[in-house]
Formats: sequence, C-alpha cells, structure tokens
Amino acid sequence: MEFLAPTTWADALAVRQEHPDALALTGGTDVMVEINFDMRRPPALLDLTGVRELSDWSRDGDVVRLGAGVTYTRVIEELGDVLPGLAMAARTVGSPQIRNRGTVGGNLGAASPAGDSHPPLLAGGAEVELASVEGTRTVPIEEFYTGVKQHAGRPDELISAILVRSPSGPQQFSKIGTRNAMVISVSAFGLALHPDEQRIGTGIGSAAPTPRRAVEAESFLSSALDDLGLWESRGALPDSLTREFGDRVKAAASPIDDVRGTAAYRLHSLAVMARRTLTWAWADYAGGIT
Amino acid sequence: MRVTTTVNGEPYDVDDVWEGESLLYMLRERMGLPGSKNACEQGECGSCTVYVDGLPACACLVAAGQAQGHEIITVEGLTIDDELHPVQQAFIEAGAVQCGFCTPGLIVQTHDLLQRDPHPDDAEIREALAGNLCRCTGYEKILDAVRLAAERLDTVSGAQP
Ligand SMILES: Cc1cc2nc3c(=O)[nH]c(=O)nc-3n(C[C@H](O)[C@H](O)[C@H](O)COP(=O)(O)OP(=O)(O)OC[C@H]3O[C@@H](n4cnc5c(N)ncnc54)[C@H](O)[C@@H]3O)c2cc1C
Ligand code: FES
Ligand code: FES
Repeated sequence: MEFLAPTTWADALAVRQEHPDALALTGGTDVMVEINFDMRRPPALLDLTGVRELSDWSRDGDVVRLGAGVTYTRVIEELGDVLPGLAMAARTVGSPQIRNRGTVGGNLGAASPAGDSHPPLLAGGAEVELASVEGTRTVPIEEFYTGVKQHAGRPDELISAILVRSPSGPQQFSKIGTRNAMVISVSAFGLALHPDEQRIGTGIGSAAPTPRRAVEAESFLSSALDDLGLWESRGALPDSLTREFGDRVKAAASPIDDVRGTAAYRLHSLAVMARRTLTWAWADYAGGIT
Repeated sequence: MRVTTTVNGEPYDVDDVWEGESLLYMLRERMGLPGSKNACEQGECGSCTVYVDGLPACACLVAAGQAQGHEIITVEGLTIDDELHPVQQAFIEAGAVQCGFCTPGLIVQTHDLLQRDPHPDDAEIREALAGNLCRCTGYEKILDAVRLAAERLDTVSGAQP
C-alpha cells in the first residue's frame, strides 16, 4: 500500500489523476474501520487532511461554500446559524471524538443511505462541487446519490466542497435511533422552509436505497400553503395539513427491514418526524424566527 | 514508511510503519506507549482516545501517516512532573476504575471536557463521555470521578487541566 499525502489542492488533484484507484481519506471514521477489519485493501490511501483549502468554509453573497474537509465539530461550533439544519444533524453524529475527525465531505464520499448530512443537504437544496485536473463541476445534491453507497463522482475526481444557499426560513432535523448518542439512524428526516421561493425542502434518510427528497410531498405542501395564504399570514397550520404532509413523505420512502428496524417502523416514524419537524419549523416561522 | 511526529512533547521518527495501520497500533506496538487501549478498532468504545493537535480522537481511526507533523498527547502524557494528573487521581479515589480498560480513554476525554468547561453539569458530562464505553462500573463512579476532578481543579490553584 502507498500513503499519498499531498499538501496543496493542485497536488491532490494531480495525485488523484495518477492514482484513480487510491482511496481518499479525510477523517478516517469510515475508511479506517474498513481497513482495520480487512474489508478493504486499497493499493493506496490518499490523505487529504494536509490540504488546507478543504478545511475552510466561506460565504459568497447568498451561498455558503463548505469545504469537504470541515469537521462536524466545526459545523456545530461555527455554522449553527448559517446552516442550521446541517448543524442539527451534525450534533447527532457519533460521539465527540467522531465529530472531531469526521467530515461532511466524508459523509458524501461514503454516500450511505444512513448518513446524517444528507437529509439537511437535500432539504436545503445543496450542490456538490467535484474537481479533477480537468476542472470543476457542480452536481445538484439529489443527482449526487446514484445507488447504495454510490455517488456521481468519477474516479479521477475529488469532492472539493458543498454549496448551500443561506436559509431564508427555519430548518429542522429529526433522527430515530436506539439511544441518544453513537447511533446510526433507523430513519431520519430533514426539513427546510424556503419562504423566499415559497417552497418546502425535504430529505429522507435511512429509508430508501439512497437519501432522497419527498418531491411530491414538497409540492403538495408548498401549494397548499400558497392556496391558504399561509406564507403571508404565518397563521396556524391545520392539523389535517401536517398529517397529510406526513403521509405523503412516508409515501416517498421505500425502506427495507434490517437489524436496525423494520420497513413498517421506518415508514411510521417518517410520517411522525415529517409532521413534527413541520410543526416546529412553522412555529419558528410564525414567531418570526428565520 | 517513516512517520515523524510529536508524542507527549517528544519528537519521534518511527520506521517500518505499514501504510494502512492506525495511530493506535503505531503508539502501542512500535513506540512503547500501551496506555491507549485497543478494544474495538471501530470508533465505538473510546478506549483509544488521544489528543491530535489538541482535539480528542479515536486513535484507532487515525491513520498512522496522518500523525506526520502533528502533535499527539496520550494518557501517558498527562502526568505532571511524574505525579498523576488530578483527573487520574480522581478516577482512582472515586473507584471509577475496575478492569481499567476504558480508563485511559475516559481520562483523556474528561481532561478535554474540564479544559473546555470547568463546571460541567451532569448532562454535559454524559454528552462528553457518550463515546466512551465502560463494561464494569455502571458509570456512576465515573460521573463521581469527573465531578471530583472538576472540584479539585477548581480549588487547586495553578493546576491547569
Ligand atoms: C463510531 C462511529 C459512529 C458514527 N456515527 C455516525 C452517525 O451518527 N451519522 C453518520 O452519518 N455517520 C456516522 N459515522 C460514519 C462516519 O463518521 C461519517 O460517514 C463521516 O462523515 C465520514 O467522514 P470522514 O471524514 O471520517 O470520512 P473518511 O472515512 O475519511 O471517508 C469516507 C468516504 O469518503 C471518501 N472521501 C473522503 N473525503 C473525500 C473527498 N474529499 N473526495 C472524495 N471522496 C472522499 C473516502 O474515500 C471514503 O469512501 C460513524 C462512524 C463511526 C466509526
Ligand atoms: S479501540 Fe478505538 S474506539 Fe474502540
Ligand atoms: S473499568 Fe472495565 S471497562 Fe471500564
């Protein structure tokens, strides 16, 4: 095995080009488990922690550019107001030790349906920035996940950043697990209100082969809010509406039975989480908190 | 490969490191620092917790090569002038050590907690130690130890965690 440790982004891309079979390594919280347990023996590790550009975040007007190597701890400490949904999800990841090393870029690289970054990124309408020596492209987040633990990045590419618009309304995240820490989600849900576009964003975790939006539930709710004039009035949501939204989110999932939970439980919990996160987010919106 | 790193303030050049091995393996098997324990190798138990550039991490999930040029502090590095650190002393006195396998990780994690927050409440202690499993003590004595260490560090003047 080789250990490749570039210290600049240009070098990292050049090394990537030369070694398309090298396994990228950032926080190591997925990669090292696989290596320790002999589940993976890549010909080379491409350590990206020496590349400073990856661990920065910045704001350009309306858009937040989150470097792929920013850890969960920093998302929580620095981005609680800027990317609230993602920060809520980050607080539920693993343990302090895992959050100190694990990154959002690594979560995308692993592309597990259970990854906690995915629901808020889907709800927030993020884009993933992929780079190679040939250049940089962005992929809308819902097109990034291509299969179970598969994503749209090519072997010569690295994930450089995640681009997310600053929120124009409240965001929420909810996750079901067997305890309050150190838990892979049984199911998870992210919600974002986008009052500027009079639109709802959603993200479902652990309840389909890939993370996915509940597209039909989004448009149902967006137009119901429109019809009832609720975006302007910020009035109370009818119970029938939150329940219907929950049912439509549930209809968007296609979970399986596994050791963490049954498909039936996942569906039920999704409907409940969708209803609750909507109620919480709407209470913030009604109270003028964005 | 060779890894050049600083552990507990001492510079080291470690040779013949396998590219896929963990920092935990390098510390224990190549550097004679067996304080950090290997119990799960998958980040679940926290008994391998060490500081990497001042932040606690599971050494089993840090590649040895990622320690190149960085500063590592292990439980062995917490003693002050060969005296046990107040956190270590508190664990002994509170009866928070039975088999002792989880203890080094808990001590590093507690050390970090008290450095950031000298007066944690019980919820904060539990949250900080959520990634450290103990199969012996039932955690009550561990919570006692953290509270005792917090008190001691507060009253002993000059004792910096
Ligand atoms: C004890 C424990 C608890 C956990 N709990 C949770 C949890 O609650 N929620 C959750 O979502 N996850 C959890 N995880 C999984 C893991 O921590 C996350 O997926 C984390 O985000 C991975 O980030 P990393 O930087 O450590 O990635 P790494 O392990 O370094 O890499 C992960 C994958 O991404 C690829 N990769 C890394 N960086 C890049 C890049 N820049 N470009 C392209 N590919 C890249 C790697 O090749 C690899 O395939 C847990 C893991 C452990 C060990
Ligand atoms: S041995 Fe590293 S967390 Fe268990
Ligand atoms: S004292 Fe035995 S595992 Fe904690």
